Amino acid sequence: MNYDVIVVGGGHAGIEACLSCARLNHKILLVTGNIENIADMPCNPSIGGPAKGIVVREIDALGGEMAKNTDKSSLQMKMLNTKKGPAVRALRAQADKVLYKEEMLKTLQNQDNLDIKEGLVKELIIEDKKVTGVILETEEQIKSKAVILTTGTYLKGAILVGSTKKEGGPHGEKASNYLSPFLEKLGFNIIRLKTGTPPRIEKSSVDFSKMTIENGSDEDLTFSYDNTTALASTHKIPCHLIYTNEKTHNIIKGHLNESSMYGGYVEGVGPRYCPSIEDKVVRFSDKERHQLFLEPESLSYDDMYLQGFSTSMPYYVQEEMVHSLSGLENAKITKYAYAIEYDAIDSKQIKPTLETKLIENLYTAGQINGTSGYEEAAGQGLLAGINASLKLEGKEPLILKRNESYIGVLIDDLVTKGVKDPYRLLTSRAEYRLLLRDDNADLRLREYGHNVGLISDEIYNKFLLKKEKIEELTNLLKETKITPKKEINEKLKKMNTSPLKDGVTLYEFLKRPEITLNNLEEFINLDYDDDIKKEVEINIKYEGYIKKSMEEAEKMLALEDKNLPLDINYDAIPNIASEAKEKLKEIRPLTLGQASRISGVNPADISILSVYLKKKGE
Amino acid sequence: MFNDTITAISTKLGNSAISIIRVSGKDSISLVNSIFRGKDLTKVDSHTINYGYIKDGKEDIDEVLVSIMKSPRTYTKEDIVEINCHGGVSPTLKIFELLQEKGARKAEPGEFTKRAFLNGRIDLTEAEAVMDMINSKTDRSRKEALSGIEGNLRKYITTFRNKLKYILANIEVNIDYPEYYDIEEITKEDIKKVIEELEIDLKELIKKSEERQIIKNGIKTVIIGRPNVGKSSILNTLLKEDKAIVTDIEGTTRDIVEGSIIFDGIELSLIDTAGIRETDNIVEKIGVEKSLSLIDDANLIIVVLNGNEKLTENDIYILDKVKDKNPIIVLNKNDLEQKIDLKDYKFKHIVSTNTKEINGIDSLKEEIKKMFKLNEIEEDDYTYLTNDRQLFYAKKALNNLNDAKTSFNNDEPIDIIEIDLKSVFENLGNITGENYSEELLDELFANFCVGK
Repeated sequence: MNYDVIVVGGGHAGIEACLSCARLNHKILLVTGNIENIADMPCNPSIGGPAKGIVVREIDALGGEMAKNTDKSSLQMKMLNTKKGPAVRALRAQADKVLYKEEMLKTLQNQDNLDIKEGLVKELIIEDKKVTGVILETEEQIKSKAVILTTGTYLKGAILVGSTKKEGGPHGEKASNYLSPFLEKLGFNIIRLKTGTPPRIEKSSVDFSKMTIENGSDEDLTFSYDNTTALASTHKIPCHLIYTNEKTHNIIKGHLNESSMYGGYVEGVGPRYCPSIEDKVVRFSDKERHQLFLEPESLSYDDMYLQGFSTSMPYYVQEEMVHSLSGLENAKITKYAYAIEYDAIDSKQIKPTLETKLIENLYTAGQINGTSGYEEAAGQGLLAGINASLKLEGKEPLILKRNESYIGVLIDDLVTKGVKDPYRLLTSRAEYRLLLRDDNADLRLREYGHNVGLISDEIYNKFLLKKEKIEELTNLLKETKITPKKEINEKLKKMNTSPLKDGVTLYEFLKRPEITLNNLEEFINLDYDDDIKKEVEINIKYEGYIKKSMEEAEKMLALEDKNLPLDINYDAIPNIASEAKEKLKEIRPLTLGQASRISGVNPADISILSVYLKKKGE
Repeated sequence: MFNDTITAISTKLGNSAISIIRVSGKDSISLVNSIFRGKDLTKVDSHTINYGYIKDGKEDIDEVLVSIMKSPRTYTKEDIVEINCHGGVSPTLKIFELLQEKGARKAEPGEFTKRAFLNGRIDLTEAEAVMDMINSKTDRSRKEALSGIEGNLRKYITTFRNKLKYILANIEVNIDYPEYYDIEEITKEDIKKVIEELEIDLKELIKKSEERQIIKNGIKTVIIGRPNVGKSSILNTLLKEDKAIVTDIEGTTRDIVEGSIIFDGIELSLIDTAGIRETDNIVEKIGVEKSLSLIDDANLIIVVLNGNEKLTENDIYILDKVKDKNPIIVLNKNDLEQKIDLKDYKFKHIVSTNTKEINGIDSLKEEIKKMFKLNEIEEDDYTYLTNDRQLFYAKKALNNLNDAKTSFNNDEPIDIIEIDLKSVFENLGNITGENYSEELLDELFANFCVGK
């Protein structure tokens, strides 16, 4: 049997890659080590959060699955940063790990054009620098037109606990030991990364009375823009907050040399933003305590996830550490914490389409590209699937720009800057974050989703209606004027705002900091959906700032329109600084804009490059 | 093709009859229109010359002729506007600065030519010349980035940036890790403090640097006084030529006359003014108003009084206008009996002169030297912005600070205020050539304990 696309790995990247290709009517095979681990969440039981939550919304806008599946399996939903501005609000769900897997597996099994097969991929079939299939460890060969690698932490995965190091993936699964050496032979630079996970605690052994309850938001919130609220879970299960103490810190300091990290057993580079608890104690020795969250993993089993306590200490030290915590004195550890090392490729060797530069029709997404996080993986998987499909169909690729999505920021960072430690999305990585909001992911991306073919006409028409309504309400506010009449100024007094001296449109009036759109009900009919009102309100209240961001973005886009040929001979261009030349040769940016973001490439080099291009074009 | 609009003074800066300021780019017409009083330039035909005034807010700066040339039949193939203004250094620079304030970027040497080439207007042989020029520019800016700014200025700017960096990283960590309760949530008071401190420091740096620029570009000197106290005689003695019309009839010097002298290696641009007094004569009234407006613009104000007379109402009127501007008071006609009495005023610089004797105004010259410390100019303070590019970014940073202050006063959320603070940080980085995004992340993870 010949497939259009083979996806290697059934994690969050692999799932989105499979579903997008299959939904675009390509014949797909998913090869996974163990069907039971499809859509597994091997680490934290939550999805979303700042930046990441917006990625989930973007995935939904483009026609991916993560948002809907999270809605179906959430244990609590929380809107974060509600006291800050609109640009940084983000949704986060605690997800039921079991339900999440079950629901996702159902979706995959019900999907046409998609076969699932258990197995480990050993090598790729390469013909003339083009991938044409995979070879399993059983020597079985399966042919396809394209391959998407979403191997997670399985490439030469090794689990570290104390001084022991064992080959394997997250659940003691078999590691994939042949694929990364094979990739290295093809010319990929292999890097070694590390991550870790905290211990799991048996719920019945916890004394919750000593802990602070952390609830989610009261309203029923969903990630998906589609009307799936009926399917969405309405659970509101709390998390709990506790702190480490002096005793905990002393135990850690006393056993420091026994941890994999400090004992010198780790070769991989760990993420800066996810230090283990021993790292925190050492690097921030002046802090008396560190906060931890106890989070439910599922309603179907008893494990709680101890967020903030990831470690690579031996088991007996972990026991001591956990028991030093208030409320966990008698806690039973159901799964010990561990660190995991794995191989990844140098993300500078892939194109913004996520196709590798070395091998045609070979795509990579997720941890193999050096990222961490379910959401980052899913976003890349979706784009890899979309671009593999578009290429099979002979269409232009979909490359999201930095001013239109966090997924665009993520992929651009990966292919332009590369990674040194596992890459996590942060709002601070987005220079136009006021444009990349939680509320407007559909306005930014639905059009693309529909053009690609992942958004149905029905959903698209609903979206168009929403857009119309937004415009209608905006125009209504622009056209309605209030004047300094006595009765109007009396109304204003009740709103605690100063009286009018001249007539003013409601559009301008709404810009007063103390006035909300709902206040305007006094003057006009506000019979609109909440999301429409929210959108209009944000656009008006922050108009000046949004405009500024858009102007900045336009400057960037001007350079983005200028393509650089992939076969450009940088050595033949006189006067480019040698450091810039090396970087340009390594990364081979697709546009002048991308070139300008490479560190070590100066504005002067960009001018010379543009002059050269022009000259060549003549 | 290019997104920004550039501007340059195309004629030699000096005392020619007219100067030409050229603007090229997609916004050039609307940009000039925004400071133009006359026809709506966005609606006039291409290749037309339009009469009117360049204004700064409500105030006219100069009477001008504006040529509108629309793309593509222009030198750069972009929309081009040329402003023909009066040839004095002052109006030319003022208009040039105003264009930059409105968003035009000061063109790099040869940039019009570069655009002409890139937009396909000039051919390859010409382009080779452009390449040479770009190269020299590159080398220079590279050297500058490596060595030029190192030292005092870099240290000074870095202190600013570090203050900001900590605040920014703290704001970012509050956003990206909202539930870390032990990390102090930055308050608006913290931000306010930093904004205020920075504003003072940055204003001081800009002021100091502009003083250096003044010395480099010439001290703009205004001579004022009521009619017939001898202003023009003093000017002419300085210039040693009859440029101003000197008569004994009150109010005959109606035009503002410029001349310049080189003074211990420093250029003094002298501007004579119409006499200031209350008048019903419309022509003269315009002159008087213009004289008063020049006071705000000047680097040095010389007030001429007649020592032989008691203070008149007009003198008092003038002295009131300048008393906070640190002028040099010249008591002229000291060859005659001195009847003047200044004991109600506290001026620091008072000299006594006459234009009848050969060295009659030496005391004035000495006072100017003293005032601008011309004798000690080679001092070793390099903590100032040495070129227009640096000054441009410093002013931009100051604008960003003001925007941040406005957002602050409007009670916007912290992450909205941060947008402008980030721009301050970025523009300060542009002065020293530092890239910001990675730096901020490093700061974030180095200073705040977050993670799973």
